[in-house]
Amino acid sequence: MRDVAFGQYFPGSSLVHRLDPRAKILMFIAYIVIIFCTFNYAALGITTAFTALFLILSGISPKFYFKSLKVIIFIVIFTSLLNLFYGSGAPIWQWWIFRITPNGIHRAVFVTVRIICLILASSCLTFTTSPTELTDAIERLMKPLKAVRFPVHEIAMMMSLALRFVPTLLEETDKIMQAQKARGADMESGNLFKRVKALIPILIPLFVSAFRRAYDVATAMECRCYRGGAGRTRMKQIHLAARDVIAFVTLALVIGGVIVCNSLMSGVL
Amino acid sequence: MSFISIQDVFFSYDEVEEGKPVRNAVDGVSLDIERGEFVAVIGHNGCGKSTLAKQLNAMLLPDSGKVIVDGDDTSVEEKTFDIREKVGLVLQNPDNQLVASIVEEDVAFGPENLGVAPDEIRRRVDEALKAVDMYEYRTHAPFKLSGGQKQRIAIAGILAIRPQCIVLDEPTAMLDPSGREEVISTLLRLNREQQMTVVLITHFMDEAVLADRVVVMDSGRIVTQGTPETVFSQVELLKRHRLDVPQSAELAYKLRGCGLKIDKIPLTQEDCVAMLEEAMR
Repeated sequence: MRDVAFGQYFPGSSLVHRLDPRAKILMFIAYIVIIFCTFNYAALGITTAFTALFLILSGISPKFYFKSLKVIIFIVIFTSLLNLFYGSGAPIWQWWIFRITPNGIHRAVFVTVRIICLILASSCLTFTTSPTELTDAIERLMKPLKAVRFPVHEIAMMMSLALRFVPTLLEETDKIMQAQKARGADMESGNLFKRVKALIPILIPLFVSAFRRAYDVATAMECRCYRGGAGRTRMKQIHLAARDVIAFVTLALVIGGVIVCNSLMSGVL
Repeated sequence: MSFISIQDVFFSYDEVEEGKPVRNAVDGVSLDIERGEFVAVIGHNGCGKSTLAKQLNAMLLPDSGKVIVDGDDTSVEEKTFDIREKVGLVLQNPDNQLVASIVEEDVAFGPENLGVAPDEIRRRVDEALKAVDMYEYRTHAPFKLSGGQKQRIAIAGILAIRPQCIVLDEPTAMLDPSGREEVISTLLRLNREQQMTVVLITHFMDEAVLADRVVVMDSGRIVTQGTPETVFSQVELLKRHRLDVPQSAELAYKLRGCGLKIDKIPLTQEDCVAMLEEAMR
């Protein structure tokens, strides 16, 4: 349970690490849009190549990227199977209610590549950006919302605390599970209903301790002179640099490429 | 005037019956703490020592009486953050004190709250991490560190605020022996080398022995105080308040009971060996 690679941060000084976190977030959002706007293999190829470029530049061992994929392997298989059997057009293979069409195959390939690219890109974002940088960037990007009294700083603080306590709470869950098992709790057998019920003795202590922790954390933050976002400074300043501009230009080229491919060639979906 | 002056403080958590508090967590405590002093406060669980610690940085305010820190009354609201800047409080559970996912970013949290300029924060963070000997771990994730290391990061987080006094509420209670050793030697170094005022709340007697002054508490009151030698030679008094004495002091006390003539109660193993050699002669 503890080696959850997704959402972790690996300190480093690669080009991707040094990009402005705001630029990374904006690029990521644009990326999500374009990956779902690819309608033929050339366009898909361009976005995949762009993903690969970033993964290589991030300088993080492929091992961790594979690990992040392991978590979603089920979703990938499930959705690609669904797409495979629900394609339209003349079937090339049929058995009972299952029928495979060329359109279905294309769809399955696209959905698989899209999900994998999406997970890899989001892993790349969290692997190379510390949670503080990430929430700092979100805080800055959402700053205009302050005008409508939206609690931007508070939300960013909550996010960074939540990210900070993910591993701690996972460890705690592990401990509680062991403790309940030691007292004879059975979590592996029985039907679904029984198993869900077996989770209650884990969730209740977890909740209680999470609240107690929250109280402690609040005390510790107050001891360190925390008094909301007003007047706070940051150790790590974020600036747009030449490398961010280059990254944006690359992304613009990819978007342009996808548009050209989509309009010049016929779509396969 | 002393750096911290606690004047006849009463405090109770809201257990009130017929308009009067059922039990005072702090029940009339007066104590002065001088600049550069290393004070250990000992007492068994629930004796009010943690409550007293929280009074020192205005986390809790006295029901009656006063706490004066460097000339400022803790009950004056405008001074709260000035006081917290001067008196840093380190808590028991190291996990719950670390708020960021990267060591150096956590240490930067305090100065960031104070609105310190970025370059200056960087300098303070590096200095604080070096002071607790954790500089090479600055880019690590705290959850991968040992308990002693985490607690040293928590201390660095307080040091980066540049306080004049650091109060620690049972900082070693959740640590293994090597973690305890790391934390205590860090504190001793800060006290000796940087003349940092240290108030250590603990229930480990071998830690209290290292302090300049030991304060013994029970039921919210100060029972006795003085140098470790004078406090730990009052073996019967300590036992009455459900406290242990260091092993060597206990041995000396028992030998004395057997009629052996011992003038000075030893506090460390070395002193104890010396005492036994003396007695054998």
